[in-house]
Amino acid sequence: MKIVYNGEMDERLCKSVLGETIPAILESDPDTIYLDADLMSCIGTLKYAKAHPDRAIDCGIAEANMAGVAAGLAMAGFKPLIHSFGIFASRRIYDQIFLSGGYAKNDITVLGTDPGVTAALNGGTHMPFEDVALYRVLPGSTVLEPSDPTCLISLMKQCVNRPGVKYIRVGGKQLAKVYEDGAELPIGKAPVLREGTDAVIFAAGIMVHEAMQAALSLEMEGISVAVVDCYSIKPLDVETVAAYAKKTGAVVVAENANRHGGLYSAVLEVLDEQAPVPAANVSVEDEFGEVGSQSYLQKRFGLTAEHIEQQVKAVIARKKA
Amino acid sequence: MDKQEVRELKALATRIRLAALDAIHSIGSGHVGGALSIADVMAVLYGREMNVRVEDPKWADRDKLVCSKGHAGPGVYGTLAVKGFFPYEELLTLNKGGTRLPSHCDRNKTPGIDVTTGSLGQGTSQAVGLALGDRLKGRSNRVFLIVGDGEMGEGQCWEAFAFAAAHKLSNLVVLIDWNKRQLDGYCDQVLPMGSFVDKMTAFGFDTVQVPGNDVKAVAEALERTRNGGDKPYAIVLDTVKGAGVEDVVNTEMNHSVPVNDEKFEKWTSELKAELAALEG
Repeated sequence: MKIVYNGEMDERLCKSVLGETIPAILESDPDTIYLDADLMSCIGTLKYAKAHPDRAIDCGIAEANMAGVAAGLAMAGFKPLIHSFGIFASRRIYDQIFLSGGYAKNDITVLGTDPGVTAALNGGTHMPFEDVALYRVLPGSTVLEPSDPTCLISLMKQCVNRPGVKYIRVGGKQLAKVYEDGAELPIGKAPVLREGTDAVIFAAGIMVHEAMQAALSLEMEGISVAVVDCYSIKPLDVETVAAYAKKTGAVVVAENANRHGGLYSAVLEVLDEQAPVPAANVSVEDEFGEVGSQSYLQKRFGLTAEHIEQQVKAVIARKKA
Repeated sequence: MDKQEVRELKALATRIRLAALDAIHSIGSGHVGGALSIADVMAVLYGREMNVRVEDPKWADRDKLVCSKGHAGPGVYGTLAVKGFFPYEELLTLNKGGTRLPSHCDRNKTPGIDVTTGSLGQGTSQAVGLALGDRLKGRSNRVFLIVGDGEMGEGQCWEAFAFAAAHKLSNLVVLIDWNKRQLDGYCDQVLPMGSFVDKMTAFGFDTVQVPGNDVKAVAEALERTRNGGDKPYAIVLDTVKGAGVEDVVNTEMNHSVPVNDEKFEKWTSELKAELAALEG
């Protein structure tokens, strides 16, 4: 796939992309079915649902039931896609998605919107930093965090026919444009967005843009940094992670999530087994969320290009020590 | 229903009780009380009401059973074994390593088990989803959901019931095993739920209450649910926890009880005598 990143935002709002992609999936496969828990208006699917009540079903504010109904629909021969905010799509339905979904071998795609600081003005009650960790430990699961709208569309289409529980976390706002329109981003792969020799940044979601900005800034200082898009948190592209860790000898992981159990943990598992090099993280440091604009919260929790630059320098110093 | 059919269903219920005890005795203890209380409804379901194929347990158009009180697995396994879904001797593998008969029902392990349950409340939503999915697929089958009375404390049940009524799932029959006791004692002392008939009616169900250990009454109540309509059905089964085995009924805390050789011989010889009288 062609990488077209130039620091600009993709014109499309992710919620608009969801509002188009979900109906497109439903129209392309009569066995697909979409459930929501009173948040259709947030992702632009309400109009479609009103016109197609047998294909798009509003379960009301009852997320646990929605997850169980999805399992029942899967047993009846459907391929369910369910949506709620990330907090509800993870914590609130965890026992249901774990047992009625994963354990019972009912294949369900779960879309959790507004992950981490993208929950912004909804505040700490609505800010999942733990959803990645929760879904990673569900056996047979897939955990995805698209870096741009093209990536989001590609991943959603792949999830429909993929076995197991699939969790996609994405905000409703804009993301940087990373890939050319129509590109296919295979689950399990980690595209190298930028080559580099002194360090590598493994990033996901909104942190891909921050990582690219950090790499550009560090280049001005003569530091060569690779950036790898880890939209596929599980399964992680172990081969690419290990190869770039070995190649650069210094790793930074940037994620919009708690440092425990997320992408940083996933990368450390690979490093420990295959490429033991110095690593540092740019994550939320085991804290709860709080209210504010996304830009305020990124600074508040250190999810910025500047912090990534500091961590890259720190980890390179450790490599040389 | 003629008297002969009633006798046959009673005999089947007795065979199910014997089978459940065979299974639980093989491992020494288990959920005896709740397995016995549903034996009669299981006999009516698999002996009369449900359209299933023993030789093709995954037949898509079959009627489906969701035993949401998944710990009653031995009662369900007993039924399936008696009906021939798997060899009767396999009941003696209950809960042993590598078994196809785990403590709680697992659709991926046991022939004839339609839905995986065990975390209470979760069977309700799955049953509702199944009923909706089957209807959307154009099937004319029905989904039967057995829920425990203690289980009704789980909020998920009520989310699922509201959904079922909203979608007019008349292909769903909820069977509430009102056996009055849960693990920690009597339901009315642990968490009183009031009238299930009133609650289910208020939630939009076509609801009746019947003596749940009376196969004739249960059969007639189930016959009513064949009529479709625009409401899901609920049948409150007024049952006795441990029904069919007097010692178990008289054991106050009978959710899970040990079954040693002595008890097993006594209880099964009583049941075998009943069976002989019914089939003699």
